[in-house]
Amino acid sequence: MTAPADGAAIRTNGLTRTFGRFTAVDHITFDVRPGEVFGFLGANGAGKTTAIRMLTGLLTPSSGEAWVAGHDVYRESEAIKRDIGYMSQRFSLYDDLTVRENIQLYGGIYDLSGDQIRDRTERILSRLGLSHTAHDAVGALPLGWKQKLAFSVALLHEPRIVFLDEPTSGVDPITRRQFWEMIYEAAHAGTTVLVTTHYMDEAEYCDRISIMVSGRIAAIGSPSELKRDSEASSIDEVFVRLVRPELAGRGGSAA
Amino acid sequence: MTAPPPAARSAEPPVVIDDVVKHYGEVAAVDHVTIEVRQGELFGFIGPDGAGKTTLFRILTTLLLPDAGSARVLGLDVVSGIWSLRRQIGYMPGRFSLYPDLSVRENLDFFASVFGTTIAREYDQIAPIYSQLEPFNDRRAAALSGGMKQKLALCCALVHRPRILFLDEPTTGVDAVSRREFWELLARMRTSGLTIVVSTPYMDEANRCDRVALMQSGRILATDAPAAVAASFDRTLLAVRSGDRYRTLLALRGYPHTHLVYPFGDALHLADDRVGVDAAHAATDAAAFLREKGFADARVEPTPPTIEDVFIARMSVVEPTEAAT
Amino acid sequence: MSALYGLLRKETYHILRDRRTLGVLIFMPIVQVMLFGFSISTDVRDVRMVIVDPTPDATTLAIRDRFAAGGIFRVIGVSQTEQPLDRLFRTDTAQVALIFEPAFGRHLAAGDAAQLLVITDATEPNTGSSRQLYVNAVIQQYESDMGKRSGAVRITPQVRSRFNPTRESTNLFVPGLMAMVLTIIAALMTALSLTREKETGTMEALLVSPLRPWQIIVGKVAPYLGIGFVSVLAVLGVAKIVFHVPMQGSLALLLAEGTLFILVALSLGILVSARTSSQRVAMLAAMMGTMLPTQMLSGFIFPIESMPRPLQWVSIIVPARWFVLIARGIMLKGIGLTYLWRETLVLAAMTLVLLVASARSFKVRLQ
Repeated sequence: MTAPADGAAIRTNGLTRTFGRFTAVDHITFDVRPGEVFGFLGANGAGKTTAIRMLTGLLTPSSGEAWVAGHDVYRESEAIKRDIGYMSQRFSLYDDLTVRENIQLYGGIYDLSGDQIRDRTERILSRLGLSHTAHDAVGALPLGWKQKLAFSVALLHEPRIVFLDEPTSGVDPITRRQFWEMIYEAAHAGTTVLVTTHYMDEAEYCDRISIMVSGRIAAIGSPSELKRDSEASSIDEVFVRLVRPELAGRGGSAA
Repeated sequence: MTAPPPAARSAEPPVVIDDVVKHYGEVAAVDHVTIEVRQGELFGFIGPDGAGKTTLFRILTTLLLPDAGSARVLGLDVVSGIWSLRRQIGYMPGRFSLYPDLSVRENLDFFASVFGTTIAREYDQIAPIYSQLEPFNDRRAAALSGGMKQKLALCCALVHRPRILFLDEPTTGVDAVSRREFWELLARMRTSGLTIVVSTPYMDEANRCDRVALMQSGRILATDAPAAVAASFDRTLLAVRSGDRYRTLLALRGYPHTHLVYPFGDALHLADDRVGVDAAHAATDAAAFLREKGFADARVEPTPPTIEDVFIARMSVVEPTEAAT
Repeated sequence: MSALYGLLRKETYHILRDRRTLGVLIFMPIVQVMLFGFSISTDVRDVRMVIVDPTPDATTLAIRDRFAAGGIFRVIGVSQTEQPLDRLFRTDTAQVALIFEPAFGRHLAAGDAAQLLVITDATEPNTGSSRQLYVNAVIQQYESDMGKRSGAVRITPQVRSRFNPTRESTNLFVPGLMAMVLTIIAALMTALSLTREKETGTMEALLVSPLRPWQIIVGKVAPYLGIGFVSVLAVLGVAKIVFHVPMQGSLALLLAEGTLFILVALSLGILVSARTSSQRVAMLAAMMGTMLPTQMLSGFIFPIESMPRPLQWVSIIVPARWFVLIARGIMLKGIGLTYLWRETLVLAAMTLVLLVASARSFKVRLQ
């Protein structure tokens, strides 16, 4: 088992994870190309979270293979953690530390030098327009700013891949779009982005998406490919057809 | 489902909110909100986190006191009529408020008993929903999927035959399929004459409601039937599709007629800043601009505005620093 | 009253299904009783002494004055016979008895040995022997002051550890341990129960219901009486079987008083958690407000008489202090309600006050 030679950012082959008799992730096989924005969708309980835990080195697979940033998930999980960034609803910044302190904290965790931290702090602050609030506690920031800041911090150590777990949950439409612009910027700079979301319209922003149902990947491809294949007008429709076919085409929501 | 008995005398709407204000520290969570909900309506408060929806709902369900202004539900003042209201309101808080270590049946039993009734007695009221849960009667609530939890929480809110239902973000954190199913359930409940007030951050769900109020930062941006709100978009709206979406977006920021431009699903939405310009004309202009910039494959066509477009446009006015341009 | 019944049933489910906590509640008291075995020696002060002096004369009076003036002993009565001793010890009016032999003074003056009998009540933890030492010290001082040969007064200590014949430490600790354990269970569990509701969000749903505060409180308190009761039985079981602690008095009365005490502790727990919104804070507050005072101020380990006055006053409002008295009285002295009615009344009054305060301070809204 050697790392993929073509430089795929993420590669899995028959990746599986069971918990007792329950199979949470059932032999999934897919690639994510470098610099791609990849949407990882699925119903709750479909196995998304478990799959991501395996890819971020937090959980050992039961069987199958996977490489993340060229590292084998079985043997090099620590190396993976150094090469990836992670942001989620639950795991984020410390509310009672200031903006600066949070950045410094994560900079230290990822072994950045003092100079690097200083430089990048300034860059983040000016990019987000937070220079005047750098000394305010993060907890005082509105949700949208927190999310954007958390994203920037996830990219602080310039990882090759960043995993985003429902990053725009609850945030207003404008901030969501600003967030996605940040995602695009990162992708254009070469960072691979794997994002999960419940907003089906955000799925359209991705280069390619996969939809997990009951532990398996039920569909994978670009949004337009998937819509064509399912003869659907929106990813929402594609989703419903895959997960609950009997509901498809009924009372759809006009976006 | 049988309809609850109609209100005795007044034609007063079931929800009347009059200039209500509520502060948390210095922030106004609810900032001078005045609105009414009509009898039998399916009314939606649409807005992101922090818009003030939950605070407003808590005021209406007697959990919080307004700092200023007044609110009446079912003809009773939310402050003085607290105990009478608590018998007649059905409330589904965010996060579903179910007991994780109790089973489906035990949760429902409990909420029924709190209102002095039993599942058996109210079975016909909740049957359409409960029948889907009954196979899981003995399963602990913690072990239910998000969609099942939703349905159970809804049953618990309905079991005592309330005259009005308040559902605070019932579809948040739940996948697209369960969301759709939930709204089907709500649609069916409407026909019984029950007034339902829902809040949601999902713009697309607005179309399922009879009327909606767009809410942001404690204020109401618009109130009307969804179609009317969408139609209130006051500019010509174009959909731009091209291969490299990001670069196209950046390019359009330099287009002289751009009022707003932002990603929208598989396209970019461009609001032309020339008021009253012909749609086809605007489309050709934009297409020409893009071709000039090297985006040969760009397709531009007029597109009907949606509630989300209206939300973005209104928000951009209210908070210009957050504008999408 | 189906709402209350529904509440009680729900709480019972919570209790029974939280296996881990349930295990802790049953086994922790057992473990604690097993572990506790050390003695703590403390200074003694203000020891209540009764003097039996059949033939008072200048000598005995002089010695009696010594005891009275020393500050360690407080002479609460003088008798010419030993007849009242039993009652005085039983009612805890006297802790030490000093008995001069008849014609004490004459014997001493004649140069013979004179007998002094000292009886101590050893149900106070480990102070029995300390008191002995103090008695010895006073006598020796007198002797040297009088220029008498040391040893002229033959002191016969009879630590008739009246109510603790084998002087097992555990006999002394068990009542206090019961108080501690019941306090922990009651205060902690109610605190956690209420704040758990707040944290899962179900508190909102409860509030927006016709449930009144008193119903919610009773619904939260009552089910834990059951568990507390089981814990009491567990502790008593271990005490009896493993350590052979006596049960001189009525078991039924002890269980009844135990239940009353649990009620007090539960009410305190409710009051604490009405003000806190997170489980962690509730636990800390419960510990500060209940366990620590119970350990320090109930007379469980440190005798109340040895504490500085202000702390003695504070201990009056510590429910455990009263229960420790009651429990020791029943288990070791075998006394009944006729002697303990005051302490019982105090506990009952505390329950009432705390419950009313909880109902009053319970917020019907989220603010």
